[in-house]
Amino acid sequence: MASDKVLHVNDAEFDSLVKSAQPTLVDFWAPWCGPCKAIGPVIEDLAAEYDGKVTIAKMNVDDNPVTPGKFGIRAIPTLIIFKDGEVVDQITGSVGKSELVELIKKTE
Amino acid sequence: MDASHIAAGNQMEKKDHYELIILGGGPAGLSAGLYAARARLDHLLIEKGAPGGQVLLTDWIDNYPGFPEGLSGFDLVEKMTQHAKRFDLNMLTTEVTQVDLSDDKRKLLHLVGGETVSCDSLIICTGASANTLNVPGELELRGKGVSYCGTCDAPFYRNMHVAVVGGGNTAIQEADYLTKFASRVTVIHRRDELRATKIVQEIAFANEKIDFIWNSQVTSIEGESGVERLNLLAKDGSTSTLEVEGAFVLIGVTPNNSMLPLDILKAEKWGFIPTDIESRTAVAGVMAAGDICNKDVRQVINAAGEGAVAVLAAENYLQSLK
Repeated sequence: MASDKVLHVNDAEFDSLVKSAQPTLVDFWAPWCGPCKAIGPVIEDLAAEYDGKVTIAKMNVDDNPVTPGKFGIRAIPTLIIFKDGEVVDQITGSVGKSELVELIKKTE
Repeated sequence: MDASHIAAGNQMEKKDHYELIILGGGPAGLSAGLYAARARLDHLLIEKGAPGGQVLLTDWIDNYPGFPEGLSGFDLVEKMTQHAKRFDLNMLTTEVTQVDLSDDKRKLLHLVGGETVSCDSLIICTGASANTLNVPGELELRGKGVSYCGTCDAPFYRNMHVAVVGGGNTAIQEADYLTKFASRVTVIHRRDELRATKIVQEIAFANEKIDFIWNSQVTSIEGESGVERLNLLAKDGSTSTLEVEGAFVLIGVTPNNSMLPLDILKAEKWGFIPTDIESRTAVAGVMAAGDICNKDVRQVINAAGEGAVAVLAAENYLQSLK
């Protein structure tokens, strides 16, 4: 299933993940958030499509307070695209696949 | 059951053509899907994410008949989805980028990635999304204090002072919900009375954590890394500043119509689609249901009702082709 490709990341692992060789898209979400649920299938889709090229990760903001605080996240879902540990761009809200593809393209 | 199970839908091999396509999987689309699947129509429901639409943004639904205790937006969506699936709803998760109605027989839908799919009859249930204020600072601080969903983001505002902009049902219900987390909620409304239903108003007026600024609108939102203050303009011309750490903008909806040919559908000036009493649009074989329609009342109950009506109209149309 596509969902196997989505990496669930926590505060401790975060820095090393985004500094890794390939770009990383992180979906900051929580189980009680409707729009986060709504984009779930899109995230899984992207993870399958970009397998081996872009890491697609999810961070549960309930379980991991440190990283969302560091990036000033106060709305979810927020999706941040990282390259070499740096923020390239970010987007908030229940966006469509095309907008996320555009976001990923910014690392090219 | 975890709601992620409803997310994927019944992913199956897509055909090139269907008798009926339902575009969108909110309450109108799910209800249309239920009726279409149960009528054994050759159908496909296309939803860009998980089904549910704006209901997923709703903390609690207290006015949908058949659920006397009320239920969460999540639960209602899950029940609607399960119900349609019991009759083998065909659902596909993809995004429609353009609807081409130039051929009056074969309606053509362009999908993200370049594929297409066509149908004899189309039901448009693309819904609506939250309006923005269109004031300086709003876009820059979106996700950094500016929010369009109290249910989603309230827990980030524990013990903070936040503002709610708006005076309708959504705004006032969300203001009440926000007080579970925020220390204080200030409602800013451009008129001197609320538009929200009486019972919703009563709850808000009784809530000691909620206060009101009447006859005022937000002219700009300011802050460095997050929202720090709102600048307000009152009807009498006076200006003021409200120090808050969050601004929840809940001022109605705008139609999700970017993929639709608005001229052919004779959309009204705000972009909503006019329909007749049988949910038919200006184009033969094309129906619309739910919040995309040009109408006064946008509730889950009438969206669902319109979805059912639209399928019956589609069946009549399909019959007329035979």
